[in-house]
Amino acid sequence: MDFLIFKAPMLMVQASLDGILLGILFALIAYGMALQWGVMNIINIAQGDLVILGGYIAYTIYLWGIHPAWGVIISPIIMFFVGWALYKLVINKVVDRDLFISILATFGIAIVFQQLMNFIFGADVVVAQSEYGTTMLFDSSVTLPNSKIFSAFISVLYAIALVIYMRKSKLGRAIRATAQNARAAKILGVDTEKVYAATFGINAALCGIAGALISITLTLHPYVGLPYTVRSFMIVIVAGLGNLPAVAVSGMGLGLFEEFADYILGTEFRIGAVFLLLVLILVYRRFKLSKKREYLK
Amino acid sequence: MEKVKQKDLILYSGLIILGLAAPYLFSAFKVQLTYLCVLIVLAMTWNLQGGEMGYNTFGNILFYGLGMYLTASVQVGMFFPLAEWTESGGEKTFVHTTAQYFQGIGVGLLVSAIVPAIIAGAIGYAILGLRGHYFAICTLGLGIAAGEIAGGIEIIGAGQGFTTPPFPAEIVDAEARGKFFYFLSFALLVGTFVFVKYIYGSRFRLILNAIRDNEDKAEAMGIQTMKYKIVGWMCSAFFCGLAGGIMGGLIGYIDSTDVAFDGREMGVFMVLMAILGGKGTLWGPVIGATLFHFFKEGLWTLILGWQYVALGVLIVVIVVYFPEGVMGWLREKYPERFGEVIDEKDRKAQVELK
Repeated sequence: MDFLIFKAPMLMVQASLDGILLGILFALIAYGMALQWGVMNIINIAQGDLVILGGYIAYTIYLWGIHPAWGVIISPIIMFFVGWALYKLVINKVVDRDLFISILATFGIAIVFQQLMNFIFGADVVVAQSEYGTTMLFDSSVTLPNSKIFSAFISVLYAIALVIYMRKSKLGRAIRATAQNARAAKILGVDTEKVYAATFGINAALCGIAGALISITLTLHPYVGLPYTVRSFMIVIVAGLGNLPAVAVSGMGLGLFEEFADYILGTEFRIGAVFLLLVLILVYRRFKLSKKREYLK
Repeated sequence: MEKVKQKDLILYSGLIILGLAAPYLFSAFKVQLTYLCVLIVLAMTWNLQGGEMGYNTFGNILFYGLGMYLTASVQVGMFFPLAEWTESGGEKTFVHTTAQYFQGIGVGLLVSAIVPAIIAGAIGYAILGLRGHYFAICTLGLGIAAGEIAGGIEIIGAGQGFTTPPFPAEIVDAEARGKFFYFLSFALLVGTFVFVKYIYGSRFRLILNAIRDNEDKAEAMGIQTMKYKIVGWMCSAFFCGLAGGIMGGLIGYIDSTDVAFDGREMGVFMVLMAILGGKGTLWGPVIGATLFHFFKEGLWTLILGWQYVALGVLIVVIVVYFPEGVMGWLREKYPERFGEVIDEKDRKAQVELK
């Protein structure tokens, strides 16, 4: 093999560390996806665009002179209300319908979001400078931006907070009850409409956190939302709904895959590799299930 | 084929005459008319999947884009080295003669019909085993992956695009290019319509509908569903490839993600048009595509810059409030015209129940 990455073992370490730190971020987005999928039975194609919007909120406060790291607190608050409004406007009309309807409707929302972000923030690739510096490992042969470590740390923190919230709070219990059986929950006095709105809001808030972290670790552009949707979808179908440790592990796996694909195939094929991996995973699962004469449900 | 009724005969011959006369009547709109023909073809073939078979695909753009690249590559590659052509401005150094151009596009279209169909058959077994939304997302991934990968392949122009051979300069008539592509697309439209109409009268359609309504039961009835699903997809791929080939020649320039594997525009349009007209009907996609095209051409220039916002809103509105489409609405309103017998007593009884 004539690839650079196999000749230099340090590159391998670099790619692995990058991949894992990135993967934790992906897992956070995927957790939001799993939440709304499990509770509302909706596949949200606009997920990635919510992420990018959250990133632009952080970028805006950076332009105002506030440190972008504050975005991880401000952005989810704003995004929660964006999600709530989105639910009241469109999503509540597609909740009980065919899944394809929700896919198409959120696809439409995604296009609107992309275009509006393009108008408001421009079509340039932007990044918010966190100025956290970099950590050098192994005699400076592996460089690790501190912002990436920060983002992984914040992601884990929020994920843990959310898990505790879902277990302990009243709303969390209501959400879990609705996910198990919406009708029964309704009979027992849970306001499912409110639960749905809150779920979508929480999902959007998670996207906001992830976006704010992406704005300091990676780059933002109005049209790069869809890959994040596909990544989170992929993580969810590999990990299954409601299995948080598996979401974290498969998120890191995806991060690793991407970094290695980047080195081996070249950066121009990175997004292509992600989408192709999605196809391969689905096909693999289809063949595995068809042995038992079942199919993905 | 079964006996064509006299009323239908008048309708069809009228439409064909209109279609043949259109480039002379609306001489300034030839390109738009060509677009319309291609859009109708795409909507009709999407309808075979999404409407009849119940497999909502975003992936037909894959065959469209493949057809586009294949036609152009064959047209160039038959006579000149492809790599030098795409590297930089090959269209300036190498010039197709008239005969070469038409030979090239003929063979190219043939290839771009057959190869996508073969590819659909090859990947069909793996992909069509997925159901419902998994199929939808998987095909969405396929289409985008194809665009991203095509954007990285040097020989077909990579990121800088691929200029398709210009129309031969020896033909002096300025109208010739527009007419050529119009009649090509019109012929494709007629061919597709006849084919789809034939399917609508055949057992094949009933099988597709059975798959849509309940695949497990269809399988239990002894239908080899996979075989029919693959054949259905291959039919779509065949016509999508041809449509792509024609569009590539018409546009004159192929970009991997903005023209060929254009999931954001064409890929969504075909779904939207079929739903707007009414899925699962013969005329629905035709009506939907025509309405959509008029709407788009009429509004696009008025709301320049905001067209994608309008498109997104349109998708949401159509999908959420108008999922049955024009044909579904007509059917609700005039059920007798669709051959549905309505028991008035039963209808009244239901109203009373409410």
